[in-house]
Amino acid sequence: MSKYILKRLLLAIPTLIGAALFVFLLLRAVPGDICEVRMGGEGAYVDEEQIQLCRDKLGLNDSLVKQFGSFIGGYLTFDLGESMWTGRAVTEEISLRFKLSLQLAIMTTLVAALIAIPLGVISAIKQNTWIDYAVRVFSISGIAMPSFWLGLMVILGLLLSTEWLSSVTEGRWFPDGGWMPPIEYVSPFKDPFGNFAQLIWPALATGWRYSAVVARMTRSAMLEVLREDYVRTARAKGLLNKLVINRHALRNAMLPVITVLGIEFAFLIGGLVVTEQVFNLNGLGKLFAESVLNADYNMTQQLVMLVVLLFVLTNLVVDVLYAWLDPRIRYS
Amino acid sequence: MRHPTFAKALLVAGSIALGLGAVSTASAQKTGGILNFVVGSKIPSYDAHRETTFGMVHPLAPFYSVLIRVNPENPQSATDFVCDLCVGGVPKPTNDGKTYTFKIRDNAKWHDGDPVTAHDVAASFNNVIFPKEGVPSARKAFFRMVKSVTAPDDSTVVFDLEFPSGAFIPAVAGPQNWIYKKAILDKDGTDWYAKNVMGSGPFIFVTHEPGSYVEGKKNPDYHHKGQPYLDGFKAVAAPKMALRTQAIRSNRAAIEFRGFPPKARDDLVKALGDKITVQESDWNCVLLSTPNQKVKPYDDPKVRQALTLAVDRWGGSKYLSNIAIVKSVGGVVFPSHPLAATKEEMTKLMGYGEDMAANREMAKKLLKEAGHENLKFTLHNRGVDQPYKVVGTWLVDQYRKVGMDVDQRVQPTTPFYATLRKKKDFDVSIDFNCQSVINPISDVTKFLGSAGNNYGQYDDQPLEDIYNKLLRSGDEAEQRTLMREYETRAISDQAHIAITLWWYKINPHRSYVKGWKIAPSHYLNQQLDNVWLD
Repeated sequence: MSKYILKRLLLAIPTLIGAALFVFLLLRAVPGDICEVRMGGEGAYVDEEQIQLCRDKLGLNDSLVKQFGSFIGGYLTFDLGESMWTGRAVTEEISLRFKLSLQLAIMTTLVAALIAIPLGVISAIKQNTWIDYAVRVFSISGIAMPSFWLGLMVILGLLLSTEWLSSVTEGRWFPDGGWMPPIEYVSPFKDPFGNFAQLIWPALATGWRYSAVVARMTRSAMLEVLREDYVRTARAKGLLNKLVINRHALRNAMLPVITVLGIEFAFLIGGLVVTEQVFNLNGLGKLFAESVLNADYNMTQQLVMLVVLLFVLTNLVVDVLYAWLDPRIRYS
Repeated sequence: MRHPTFAKALLVAGSIALGLGAVSTASAQKTGGILNFVVGSKIPSYDAHRETTFGMVHPLAPFYSVLIRVNPENPQSATDFVCDLCVGGVPKPTNDGKTYTFKIRDNAKWHDGDPVTAHDVAASFNNVIFPKEGVPSARKAFFRMVKSVTAPDDSTVVFDLEFPSGAFIPAVAGPQNWIYKKAILDKDGTDWYAKNVMGSGPFIFVTHEPGSYVEGKKNPDYHHKGQPYLDGFKAVAAPKMALRTQAIRSNRAAIEFRGFPPKARDDLVKALGDKITVQESDWNCVLLSTPNQKVKPYDDPKVRQALTLAVDRWGGSKYLSNIAIVKSVGGVVFPSHPLAATKEEMTKLMGYGEDMAANREMAKKLLKEAGHENLKFTLHNRGVDQPYKVVGTWLVDQYRKVGMDVDQRVQPTTPFYATLRKKKDFDVSIDFNCQSVINPISDVTKFLGSAGNNYGQYDDQPLEDIYNKLLRSGDEAEQRTLMREYETRAISDQAHIAITLWWYKINPHRSYVKGWKIAPSHYLNQQLDNVWLD
């Protein structure tokens, strides 16, 4: 097993270098740079001399080879550089947001798993009944609904419902214009309730979409497993249906489900660009969107590399979990 | 037409201060409380001398003092400047208009307790006007008339000018001319101020959670006695407009200082009635349409004149102001400034006549004379809804009414600027001019072919000559005459750039926020020392 893990980690190096080169070139292929946006983006007088000074300071006038060397060299010296927009260390900017994104990813995954796995199992057991159809409609709706729209609807729904409650209770429970989740980060260590009130709504909104994918995967996998000989044998032995489902079918059906959960989890860490903006969450997704809009090459490159690294590691963890779930899988 | 219920809601919606910022200030301000407000942009560095965005002015300006400022009690006036760190009012110039001597108050202190002296003020302005090599300064060009800034003693700052200029005092009153501590500038340079805060303003910096919020607490030693009234403030970054509106609605925030579109104002008023106060004002930003004169046929003044004649400004003002943050019809100068064209003067300019049928006939005739009756082009625009895409779509329709075949190409901000500044491959582009303090003599440089923010790619020496006379004139009557000459050449005779409409600022806020008065720029009146909560 350790040999396998080592081999996978070594294979990750060319993947990371390829990703670094790709993102480096892609960013520079987009016309414009941060200095033009920074100095002229608000329509005021722009001094060309100041723009050049800005470019010199940020190394944008250096050759592409030098810029790429500096980018890769940062990994060797453990210095990821500074955000071109704020001048703060990239590690500081990322670590500030990572905790929120990680917490949101965990909450979303939990919400999704709690909804999806039971629904997928029920849907498979009750195949082609109205229950199955209802679950499928629920799943397809989750996939079809754009997350920005769903997020806005959640906030609007909260505002309107609590506004009504406020009028009924004469403002005792909620403010006069309605209640919405906090708009600035609330630490779970300082205010656990406030933190929960802030993150549960985006977790539900994202979890629904995410659960739709997982529920459909659970259903397909369960249907396949339920037709296996060993399940028929278990039933023939007179085992309770509950035991057959839980012990023999579900565990074996979990392999593809865990793959999907793992990949989606990695995506959730840095990929909730829209949801984080709609709910004003100061996470990695929002930072990523802002960095791209500002043409902050350095920050964007490091965020992409972080996400690539997360995907590589998550895939590795998922593969290792396979062995635990299915003893037939060996990595020698 | 407004729904009657909504009209009723508008009626009860507290005061709607039009133009003159007529929100009443109670005589007995209450102290205490924390002001929560939302900011629609992000903080780059903390150094206002190098930055241009309001995203750092709103959360950080309350930590700093300035030498003079737009009168916070009368911010609608384009000429009412008052002392902040100086005493005795804005000085009259001596030495034939070439020397300004400011006396600095003796009760101002840095947040670390040290006294603020004239040396700090001089060092700060020297950092803006004569930055050391490699030190960025975004507004250096505003001070072309300044020869030197010196502090002969602890309480005197002297600005010596190369020539007298009406642009000087408004430039000094710039809201980003924050006064920095000389000892810090001498020791660590402005890079220290890019990452740290040390001011003498009404609030003391508490914390900044990057990307999320900035907190400040009351400065008990503030030099304007009795102020600030608030115990502190929290500025929360919220880039999405819908979220900022909902934040005010749900009372997560009391105010947003930049401005909302009419629909957001109407929604808030409808939902909250008299718990919302709306302040409105002309805005020192203007949306322009710039033809690229390096591309044919836009090198022909007749074609450019046809482009400006096609635009129905008076009609557009009426209809677009219901859906976009634009309203006022104006020339090159901010509409209510003494140097601005009167309506009578304006209607003499090409494209400003109120008879649109005649304007359009003239446009068609000019196009025919130029040999481009069926002119076809792409309008280049910025991918931002308010007001760019709204006005851009309207412009396309206006051009089509004179037989032009126009489509629109929208780009996100970064490539949009790359097209204007580097690639320069557009036909006609939406463009804009957005300044802080109303300083027409400085603001109108936008129309000079030599200006850093002019994208029309033309050289017009006669226009440059008029401007140089204007810049050097200390006499208001002469300035006015020269400004008309400049305006006529820039947007009428040569029609280098077509002005569409001036922006209109709408600030709906919770009615318990008192003391803050809307200014004609989102950069102004942001120190919050006179704001209180009722």
